[in-house]
Amino acid sequence: MAEALFKARNLTKHFEITQGLMQKLKFEGKKKVKAVDGIDFDIQWKRNFSVVGESGCGKTTIGKLMMRLLEPTDGKMYMKGKDITELSSRSELKAYRRQTQIIYQDPFSSLDPRHRVRTILEEPLQIHGLGDSREERTDMIKESLEEVRLTPPEKFLRRYPHMLSGGQKQRVSLARAMILNPDFIVADEPVSMLDVSVRAEVLNLMKDLIDEEDVTYFYITHDISTTRFFTDYIGVMYLGDMVEKGKVGDVLDNPSHPYTQALLVAVPEPDPERVRGVKEVPISGEIPSGTNIPSGCRFHPRCPHAEDICSEKQPESREVEKEHTAKCHFAGEIDFDLEVAK
Amino acid sequence: MADNTVLKVDELCTHYLTSDGEVMALDDASFELERGGSIGIAGESGCGKSTLAFSLLNQVQPPGEIMSGSIDLDGIEVTELSEKEARRKIRWKKISMVFQGAMEIMTPVYTVGHQMKEPLKYHKDITGEEARKICEEYLELVNLESGIFDRYPHELSGGQKQRVVIATALLLEPDIVILDEPTTALDVVVEARIMNDLKRLRRELDISMIFITHDLSILAEVSDDLSIMYAGWIVEFGSANKIYKDPKHPYTEKLMAAIPDIRTDIDRLEYIPGVPPNLVNPPSGCRFHPRCHKAMEVCREMEPKTYDVDGIRVKCHLYSEDESIAESREATYDTAYEDEAAAEAYEGEKGKEVSEGLEEVEEELMEE
Repeated sequence: MAEALFKARNLTKHFEITQGLMQKLKFEGKKKVKAVDGIDFDIQWKRNFSVVGESGCGKTTIGKLMMRLLEPTDGKMYMKGKDITELSSRSELKAYRRQTQIIYQDPFSSLDPRHRVRTILEEPLQIHGLGDSREERTDMIKESLEEVRLTPPEKFLRRYPHMLSGGQKQRVSLARAMILNPDFIVADEPVSMLDVSVRAEVLNLMKDLIDEEDVTYFYITHDISTTRFFTDYIGVMYLGDMVEKGKVGDVLDNPSHPYTQALLVAVPEPDPERVRGVKEVPISGEIPSGTNIPSGCRFHPRCPHAEDICSEKQPESREVEKEHTAKCHFAGEIDFDLEVAK
Repeated sequence: MADNTVLKVDELCTHYLTSDGEVMALDDASFELERGGSIGIAGESGCGKSTLAFSLLNQVQPPGEIMSGSIDLDGIEVTELSEKEARRKIRWKKISMVFQGAMEIMTPVYTVGHQMKEPLKYHKDITGEEARKICEEYLELVNLESGIFDRYPHELSGGQKQRVVIATALLLEPDIVILDEPTTALDVVVEARIMNDLKRLRRELDISMIFITHDLSILAEVSDDLSIMYAGWIVEFGSANKIYKDPKHPYTEKLMAAIPDIRTDIDRLEYIPGVPPNLVNPPSGCRFHPRCHKAMEVCREMEPKTYDVDGIRVKCHLYSEDESIAESREATYDTAYEDEAAAEAYEGEKGKEVSEGLEEVEEELMEE
């Protein structure tokens, strides 16, 4: 296989909790939130990778680590084979961030309301010293607006964000990321604030840009239903660990970790005849806090299939099929049929 | 009114009288709700879903106003009630609402119990001890420990807060509960559990529910009837089973197609080009025609009537039996969508003037 575009090995981020004076005096040692707890994954060229999970599972933290907006506590990340955890000087980081861009969830707050679209898109060009003159930069801005189908671009250059609809705003965010011709875009819930019909339009556009602009996305979402359409690989996060990963079709058709199975049962589907009854979501309780991760398998207190071994021993990654692994002692042994479960 | 009907809304219009003009947020809405039944109201943002909910409570805030039409709530004409009467007679007792973003709706400085007791004390002459008992009963009903009564909102998770708000809405045994995006901010697992609880409560307490959301997949689980709204109109209304299987209105059709499927591989998602119109100056004829893939000549000129098709009420010219319209159905006109036109409509005349003014100023600045 060709060299992966992006590799993460044992990627870890623990946040220390700020303590009050009394807690410090008790010398209990610092409490840590294990937001990302030693995960591995590879992203291939132009094969989108999505990460799903409940809030607080660490998916946004991974995105920020990949952008080097946060310092990892441990582990390595490689971009095209180059160790990016070692980057330290401003110029190295700047060069890296030209290749890697991020789109945020909320287009209403990630675009400066006092800047026109033109200014918003010119800023990255100026920071990276692209375009020799104002005219040249304007041409580049127009081109990137055309890429995201905001046509004719002249109409949008002078608009302020409040003059755009939600979908148009998110396309401006996309243009801002695309204007530097990155190889890699971290998209953190890019469509979750948008209406269903507009959501589809933006996802279609992002998908088109994969081939047009040679870009790969790391797609962070809580909405599993969009992953099948948009991405090739999927990783399921639970409490800081990637408990299952593989090709998106394999994972969704043959979920092997009990948590993935539960998520799929919980996903609402637009078919009243199938879903009218009370459906039993096969897990109990709510996601525990990251400061207090259960022993053994971190999912065992909520797991319907848990046995003694699960509270004692941390499960290794088990291969269920080619390129499809699950961190569960019984992966591949649990019978699961989505039709029956629903 | 049939015995079993608890709510009958007839040709209800609610407009906002803003300085830019009259915003026709809700026009000609008619529907009925049976006792113990449920209606799902779906549509894009700004289609008038929440305005409809506020109208039902007679709680439209100025500059909004119920212009015409009637709301018959179990024999009470809601549109004629004064604010004071509405508060005393219908809110919480007959009809209550779980608001959007219910998680932020609780005051952080009071305990959960303190906030739950409030409507009970207002409506009933009971002691604090009695109120506490009732509250604890309802907390248990929504699968919470009664101990939550003494806790503060920040001690609860999002799902627990949502449950508290639902319990509060049920306290005075209303006939109808309106739930405005009840689970939007929650994770799928928590969402599925709360939906389960709502289904159970509806059966156990025999209450009617009105669900408002933009998420059609959620509505499939809970609604008997479905009401699809677009730009202030109810464009399709009828049995949810029928509409999900065979949507009649082109808008509903597209809305359903835009939902991604987790079971099959697809290459592209369907979407509806353009943006919903500005309701100060909605498109002529059918308000959906600029975005409609089945638009005809007549759609631009004439507002469609509501037709009954297999028990579904559809507001669309496609189902007209008028001969002249039927003929023009052949001559579909091309609505090749132009982003520009839609953006223009969205921005509105006022916005355009402002932006043009600003452009002039900037040009002057640049010349300097």
